[in-house]
Amino acid sequence: MTALNTQHLRYYPEKPKQVYLYGTCLADTLYPDSGIDAITLLEQQGIEVIFPQGQTCCGQPAYNSGYQDEAKAVALAQVAQFSLDIPIVIISGSCGGMMRHHYPELLKDEPNIQAFCDRIFEFTEFLIKVLKIKLTDQGKPEKVALHTSCAARREMGVHITGKNLIEQLEHVELITHKYESECCGFGGTFAVKHGDISAAMVKDKTANLLDADVVRYISADWGCMTNIDGALEFQKKSLRGEHIASYLLKRTQNKASQSEGTEK
Amino acid sequence: MTVQQHVPKQNSPKENKYDPNESKYAKSASEFRANVSRDLSNDELKSNFRGAMDYLMDKRKVALSNEDELETLREQCKLIKQRCLLKLPTLLEQLEQNLEANGIRVHWAETITQANEIITTLIQDKNGKTVVKGKSMVSEETSLNDYLEDRDIECLESDMGEYIVQLAHEHPSHIIMPAIHQNKKQVADLFADKIEGFKHTTDVDALIGEGRRVLREKFCHADVGITGVNFAVAETGTLCLVENEGNGRMCTTVPDLHIAITGIEKVVEFLDDVPPLLSLLTRSATGQIISTYFNMISSPRKNGEKDGPKEVHLVLLDNGRSQAFADEEMRQTLQCIRCGACMNHCPVYTRIGGHAYGTVYPGPIGKIVSPHMLGLEATNSLPTASSLCGACGEVCPVKIPIPKLLLRLRSESNKPANTDGHKQIMKGEGSGRKKVEASIWFVWQLMHKHAFIYNSSMWFATRLRKLMPAKIGVWTSVRSAPKLAPKTLHERVKAHQAQTKKQQS
Repeated sequence: MTALNTQHLRYYPEKPKQVYLYGTCLADTLYPDSGIDAITLLEQQGIEVIFPQGQTCCGQPAYNSGYQDEAKAVALAQVAQFSLDIPIVIISGSCGGMMRHHYPELLKDEPNIQAFCDRIFEFTEFLIKVLKIKLTDQGKPEKVALHTSCAARREMGVHITGKNLIEQLEHVELITHKYESECCGFGGTFAVKHGDISAAMVKDKTANLLDADVVRYISADWGCMTNIDGALEFQKKSLRGEHIASYLLKRTQNKASQSEGTEK
Repeated sequence: MTVQQHVPKQNSPKENKYDPNESKYAKSASEFRANVSRDLSNDELKSNFRGAMDYLMDKRKVALSNEDELETLREQCKLIKQRCLLKLPTLLEQLEQNLEANGIRVHWAETITQANEIITTLIQDKNGKTVVKGKSMVSEETSLNDYLEDRDIECLESDMGEYIVQLAHEHPSHIIMPAIHQNKKQVADLFADKIEGFKHTTDVDALIGEGRRVLREKFCHADVGITGVNFAVAETGTLCLVENEGNGRMCTTVPDLHIAITGIEKVVEFLDDVPPLLSLLTRSATGQIISTYFNMISSPRKNGEKDGPKEVHLVLLDNGRSQAFADEEMRQTLQCIRCGACMNHCPVYTRIGGHAYGTVYPGPIGKIVSPHMLGLEATNSLPTASSLCGACGEVCPVKIPIPKLLLRLRSESNKPANTDGHKQIMKGEGSGRKKVEASIWFVWQLMHKHAFIYNSSMWFATRLRKLMPAKIGVWTSVRSAPKLAPKTLHERVKAHQAQTKKQQS
């Protein structure tokens, strides 16, 4: 980000005592470990994490498919779950982009909607910018790649915070893969409505990740990872993605103290 | 505002017979899905596009390496175009007055057929038989070449890329580089096939030399030159033309009659508006600091001047632009200065190429401008063919929020039937709505609006995870199916909190 590009500039609060966690529908049903790992990591930083049981989905699937009324109904139900004036940490850049950048227009008739949107922080952004976290790497040397979702990169402008976190891990070498900033081809219903184009995109993304010769790739978005991992599994490749919350927790934990994060 | 208000009586058609389907592109755009399957399996095509787009992206990056300068310029150019669009009706009138005062005749066309009729009449009035054409995407919009050919007027494309495309009986696959889908071997084969006496070579300079030789001959004998316009300056009545090959200069100086054609959105208010736009146009398009030629046409040949056309005409085309103009959000579509950076950076365009879109304008800009030209019914597969990755919006020199406009068009396409009699915003709105999809989203919102329904459904789904199908439609054609977790995060959090409490007590 440059000095004159103010699009992604924002005010960051002091480290809070409490935060909300927004789990996202994908982590909820497919990858709950990453949600628990994010909570554990935040708790280790001395923060109380509140997880409203009434949360479901940010509404993005309908919104991106052109069903605004349906998206609005679901979005409103989410806003109602987060009434305390504390940060809302989201473990996905694309859901974050939806709630931070698209809610103001989608819910423009709602009073104080901007105040709600201003409380939205993507997970890696929150760790770096608000918590100013310092990580101590306990793991073995390894090479990883980082896949940043397009929403995290271009809507939220937080691709740099994910990178900053991995770079704090002393024994981890971050390898830049070819066409790193290019979309993996997920795009929600795009992958279904234009399956052949999406397939061509994920084929290239997996080939570029495999070329990078890494033991795993890290990402903060389960949408992309469902797409990329699904394609890798289909191709019978062993490379897989790991959510950045799980990866950071694993790298910073002594083996002996591992508990919650490993429950399957 | 519609252009109709400006159409002088003598140019008015007998009645408004506009039918969006009169463009041949409506049909090819409606075949988007079939076009995509055809072109995705063409490996040579894919490699031509990937190579060319990588090259163009690198060139742009180098030319715009100072990010602060880039941001300043983008903001400035956006504001220029937005100001000019806000004043569009007034500026068009001012442009007409100043052009006419300079001796350049102005004609208004609401439809592509009107534009073609105007141009044909102008040519026939001078008994013109041969036309050389500089690059003009607006004339592609009107399929002018076909129209003139049907009336026994020979029309030769003089831009090298356009010339190649014309020889191959194709249409441009990129708005700046029309023949980018062909590699040098394909061009050599084409020349060998079509140009008498051509000695087969894949040497690029030799290929261009051969094309130039053919074209030079034509320039000297053509009756008419037809070109596009990049900026039409209202303040001074000047037509600006950006080009690299000198063919635009030839088309606008050698033949006695010069006809320029452009869209109404190309008008800018001041001469001072041009330098920043030009600077960002060439750098965004090809990474050039400036184009080799920049032509400013401000009158026909004056007494005592040794060259230049005796007559200059400008045809201003609407073709659906008024529809975009009428809506504040979609008006941003008209900010476009046709640099092509959005297609160069688009992961979809790079893979399917320009012809798959079936439209005159391919790529991200094509997806948002074509629905206004061809109607949503023919084009409703275009706005959905995007992962909304945002690369187009990120590089757009005039900051058109392309992803947001794609969402808007998706929403227009899915609109329920017009039961309350609201004013129709777009031709073909609601034409993409499918009952099954609409019902899915209805049920989806019920489930996600009520956490109780959501949580109990997910509780059951995770318990029945073993019954999940291994195949889920097109998703599993290249991917394994995702597997539901044994327990949801909602449940896991409860357990986690209970454990934390236990540890604390």
